[in-house]
Amino acid sequence: MKMTGAQIILECLAREGVDIVFGIPGGATLPFYDAFRYYPQIRHILVKHEQSAAHAADGYARVTGKVGVCCATSGPGATNLVTGIANAWMDSVPIVAITGQVVTWLVGRDGFQEADITGITLPITKHNWLVLQAEDLAGIIKEAFHIARSGRPGPVLIDVPRDVFLQEVEFEYPEEIDLPGFRPTVEGHPAQIKKAAQLIDESEKPLILAGHGVRISGAFEELRELAEKAQIPVVTTLLGISSFPGSHPLCMGMPGMHGMYWNNLAINEADLLVAVGMRFDDRVTGALKDFAPHARVIHIDIDPAEIGKVVKPTVPIVGDVKRVLAALNPQVKKRRHDEWLAWLKKMREEHPSIDIPETDDLLPQYVIKKIYELSGDKGYVVTDVGQHQMWSAQYFWGDRPNAFITSGGLGPMGFAVPAAMGVQFAYPKELVWAICGDGGFQMTMQELACIVEHELPVKFAILNNSFLGMVRQWQEMFYDNRIFATREFGPDYVKLAEAFGVVGLRVTDKKQVESAIERALQHPGPALIEFQVESAECVYPMVPPGASLSQTIERPPVQKKGRETSKEVTARS
Amino acid sequence: MKTKHTIVALVENKPGVLNRIVSKWRQRGFNIESLAVGHSEVPGLSRMTFVLGGPAADVEQVAKQLYKVVDVVKISDLAEEEIVTRELALLKVNASDQNRSAIIEIVDIFKGDIVDVSPDCVVVEITGTEDKVDAAFEMLRPYGVREMARTGRVAVTRGRSPTTLEIGEAAAERRYRPAGQGKPRVGSLL
Repeated sequence: MKMTGAQIILECLAREGVDIVFGIPGGATLPFYDAFRYYPQIRHILVKHEQSAAHAADGYARVTGKVGVCCATSGPGATNLVTGIANAWMDSVPIVAITGQVVTWLVGRDGFQEADITGITLPITKHNWLVLQAEDLAGIIKEAFHIARSGRPGPVLIDVPRDVFLQEVEFEYPEEIDLPGFRPTVEGHPAQIKKAAQLIDESEKPLILAGHGVRISGAFEELRELAEKAQIPVVTTLLGISSFPGSHPLCMGMPGMHGMYWNNLAINEADLLVAVGMRFDDRVTGALKDFAPHARVIHIDIDPAEIGKVVKPTVPIVGDVKRVLAALNPQVKKRRHDEWLAWLKKMREEHPSIDIPETDDLLPQYVIKKIYELSGDKGYVVTDVGQHQMWSAQYFWGDRPNAFITSGGLGPMGFAVPAAMGVQFAYPKELVWAICGDGGFQMTMQELACIVEHELPVKFAILNNSFLGMVRQWQEMFYDNRIFATREFGPDYVKLAEAFGVVGLRVTDKKQVESAIERALQHPGPALIEFQVESAECVYPMVPPGASLSQTIERPPVQKKGRETSKEVTARS
Repeated sequence: MKTKHTIVALVENKPGVLNRIVSKWRQRGFNIESLAVGHSEVPGLSRMTFVLGGPAADVEQVAKQLYKVVDVVKISDLAEEEIVTRELALLKVNASDQNRSAIIEIVDIFKGDIVDVSPDCVVVEITGTEDKVDAAFEMLRPYGVREMARTGRVAVTRGRSPTTLEIGEAAAERRYRPAGQGKPRVGSLL
């Protein structure tokens, strides 16, 4: 059957099961958009900025496990996708980005709205293609989806010149793909798994470090089985949060820079780390030379390049976490680690990392804790990037698998609003919280229009401390409190929300927190709450940048209302 | 410790593949000393030979990153003692009636060839290891070397041990071959 390039792309998307595409049309993609009328089963969501298209596809992919799709026109449209693609790259999220390109005879000749997007995205995609003839499209799209979702997932990009969308060629859907250079290992090596089981049996102070890989491979049950069978406490990295039930007695929460103090102590003390689908990020390890000095390491990851990249493992296992754990669990002996668990419990009592000081001030930590309490263990939490993100991570002890959505590797402010939109598109009936700071919210808040247009009931919590809080914290702690360029001016968020057609609420007092959250939860549509929180709050515990986990700083004793820093901050900025 | 590495990449012959690979080395700040690209024994697959210096652990890490590049079929890090290496150089050397025969004598010592001759210069072809090419260059320099073009190193392993695994090899871990893995099975002939 003869089809245009544009139709071929949509036909292939339909066959891949794509039902939603986030994007913005433009000159180069007009022929592509013109073909959407033949495919009513594929919804196109017009976002307000291409960065949001990529983040929305990312959020959608994280919760559904399907490949997210975004598209943009040539040049500026394509370059606006870059942050979102880089974010998906760092966090192993499968997305397919389709970009328009100037006509083939203008490519490389500085055509209007031309950008070498395959060149630009080369280091942040698993693979990308510039399609020079429509005959290649079907094969490329099939490969694109396969590469995006297989092995360690990640973004791919397909750049299509305008004339290629229009070329009419015979359509044939390839049944098989031939990629000799792309064969991810999914099954762990049996001998290695046997060795791992042995190390686990021998260990007196084992610790599981669970990462994003557990969630991506859906190994929730397997992880739980391993932890319970061998009685190993589970530490969850930022992206590992919600890979293990938070209320489980073996759940220890987050480690690292803003992790639980007891976890950093435990890593220093452990004789075995079972790293499952995590990559020893510098925010987890602190100074490498002092990381886990007594521990042997079992490293399970699907990406061979992660093995030995940071920490040299005693037993490396390349493979899909779910399959490796399924093979490992029967070989692990049942045992107890009462002494070790008792020690951990003692550390937790002695170093209560996340106790909230009793005060009448409106503390951001309190707000987040209340949001979690009042929402029950329901729906999804999407965070932006910064202080509120760390607090959201610290206080998240929910049981629902895969419920905590945040940007771990890249850390782009502005992630929450569009990502929450993508999550809500995936599950329109679920509760979706977008927890933002005032800085990050202002980076992508234009998407409120899209959210209202599609009647998405996202709940927004803006923790407004009138600062780029995390940067301010570093200025306070490591730059002798020289506050510069971090004081954030913002709009009247309630009026702003109303202007978009979102219910807006403002909370300035601790007493109003519960009622505001409840009102937002009861409202059937989107709602936004601005919490005017104490601006001098810092995230604790904290490992100073470049320091070892043993140098974790705990929260200083409760401070008086209106700390000196708070005054100084206002005076100076 | 900085050491010299010979990395052989077997890649699909597709547009941009060289860019993708070089980009990985660039990202980690490696300087590529030489690079030779050409067809391999398998149609559709090209063979790239990189020579670069750096700490062994870093080279291994980047080499592992390289096989994330979809077009890369196989990466090998080849240890000096297990490979045969060659480089070809063309040198355009000033030559007059007075010294031409002296130049020819030097070229003979290096088992090279005079491949072009004109009244005031000759073009010399030298094939061998980098050291040999360097030595020939040093010997010819006094006569005036106007130009030198070198191909960069190409390498194959000695004996039967393969440089690159068969393409059918399924296990991805085996797509990276660390240095010293293929011990020479036949002694050096040269």
